[in-house]
Amino acid sequence: MKQVIETKGLIKFFDGIHAVDNLSLSIEEGKITGIVGPNGSGKTTLINILSGFYNYDKGEIFFSGAKRKKILPWENKIYGTGRTFQQIRLFNQMKVIDNILVVLTERNPFFALFERHGEYHIKCAEDVLKKVGLYEKRGSYAKDLSYGQQKLLEIGRILAIKADIIFLDEPFAGLFPEMIKRIENIIRELKNENKTVILVEHNMNIIRELCDHLIVMDAGKLLAEGRPEKVLSERAVLEAYLGE
Amino acid sequence: MDYIFHIAIIVSIYGILALAQNLVMGETGLLTIAGAAFYGIGAYVAGIFSTSLGLNITIALVAAPLITAVIAMILGTSFARFRDDYFLLATLGFLMIFNTVAKNWTSLTGGSLGIAGISKPHMFGITLLTPESFIWLAVFVLLIVAIICYFISRSSFGRALNAIREDEEALKIFGYKVSTYKLASFTIGASLSSLAGVLFASYLTFIDPTLFTVNESILLWAMIILGGIATNRGALMGALLLILIPESLRFIGFPDEISGLMRQCIYGLILIFLMLYRPKGIFGKYNL
Ligand SMILES: Nc1ncnc2c1ncn2[C@@H]1O[C@H](COP(=O)(O)OP(=O)(O)OP(=O)(O)O)[C@@H](O)[C@H]1O
Ligand SMILES: [Mg+2]
Repeated sequence: MKQVIETKGLIKFFDGIHAVDNLSLSIEEGKITGIVGPNGSGKTTLINILSGFYNYDKGEIFFSGAKRKKILPWENKIYGTGRTFQQIRLFNQMKVIDNILVVLTERNPFFALFERHGEYHIKCAEDVLKKVGLYEKRGSYAKDLSYGQQKLLEIGRILAIKADIIFLDEPFAGLFPEMIKRIENIIRELKNENKTVILVEHNMNIIRELCDHLIVMDAGKLLAEGRPEKVLSERAVLEAYLGE
Repeated sequence: MDYIFHIAIIVSIYGILALAQNLVMGETGLLTIAGAAFYGIGAYVAGIFSTSLGLNITIALVAAPLITAVIAMILGTSFARFRDDYFLLATLGFLMIFNTVAKNWTSLTGGSLGIAGISKPHMFGITLLTPESFIWLAVFVLLIVAIICYFISRSSFGRALNAIREDEEALKIFGYKVSTYKLASFTIGASLSSLAGVLFASYLTFIDPTLFTVNESILLWAMIILGGIATNRGALMGALLLILIPESLRFIGFPDEISGLMRQCIYGLILIFLMLYRPKGIFGKYNL
């Protein structure tokens, strides 16, 4: 089994508190890895570090065995990393389709200056929008979408870049059952395409249904890991949740 | 008749400035108030080229954007860490430095007396002495700048600039080197502004430091906000209206001195009313 991501003794502190504390874990290719933990246990911080949003203070990070001393955000394209945000971050005053197009087109500023999106880009973007069910909304501004639609658009952006490693930070939070089904199906499809999905989620039913592997964090530390059914029956895990 | 051409020339010059301001502030979301400085640099390049070096204005039309680009690049690189209001203050700082240099480096800029006797453009064997002939050059340059701006808005580059305005941190995650884009936008905007400066200097044949103060920059803000942030036609409309409205005051019979003061008040009032009733401007769909 190939480890796509490995951390060793990872530490991140914010003035005094250890948001991620001596965390060693590994994430397997082509699997859905769930991350659960009480509020403030460092799940989002972990994703922020692994996607280059925050730098880390100590420890080591390996992507496919190669050490990454610094994770720079623009390198995500090279490593095939994509993410969503717990607090939705779209390009609000841009059209839905432009939110997708902008992640499809040229990154080099000089070439981008002489590039106009073509049929090919439009088709890719529309395919993605059909998949997440936002095709009819392609001409609306992102800010005018409903909360659920905005979450779907964030997922659409990730599908568009064809990321291999996908971080989803509470993609189901606050959604209606029908939207939840749709996103679940998308995640299953990603797994079928052998993508690696890291899913932060509070709903244990969804975790049980989707995840191959589960990591439980508490106060920035690794509390338990293993198969979801097994981990969720462990005493320490139950206590961490009930004790909060 | 000359008067109408005169107004058309001034509108063209401000049209160029407003388009450039829109590129940097409207499309990219960089709050810059240095517009007047780059405008001034263009004018001083034209003045110095023409009087000290005896060169034709057409050469300044090529040299000024290049010189300005170099300055903007150095400036943009050193301002890269600043965001929003910090960026605004940094650009204001630069404008103040520019004004001070223009006023005090007498051997180069003529100090507060400025530079007089700048030559009119001479091309294809004719000298553009009258407003009637100068208008062609002004409109031609405006056209070039407008084409560049429309070209950028429609390119993938332009879309990335908009995404930077919306959420540059999020855009970074998708593999964009955001700082390079911002620097490019800032530099292109500065270069285009300098063209307006060259035109202005050779049209007036006289420049001094009072022509390129923060008032001019604020006027540019008013223009793109009035027309509607992040649209090229909004910038052009803003330039047209904010030149025409104060000019029309003269016809209502205000003496020149008062109409000058009235101008400032009108700009101020327009800004206040816009913010109150239509913050998105005439053509705008965006908020800053
Ligand atoms: N930018 C920041 N500055 C200061 N402290 C932060 C920052 N980001 C996170 N923290 C702190 O780090 C700790 C971990 O936060 P994090 O957001 O990673 O938790 P989480 O597991 O994602 O929680 P939740 O389930 O509520 O989303 C918290 O104590 C939080 O207050
Ligand atoms: Mg979180």
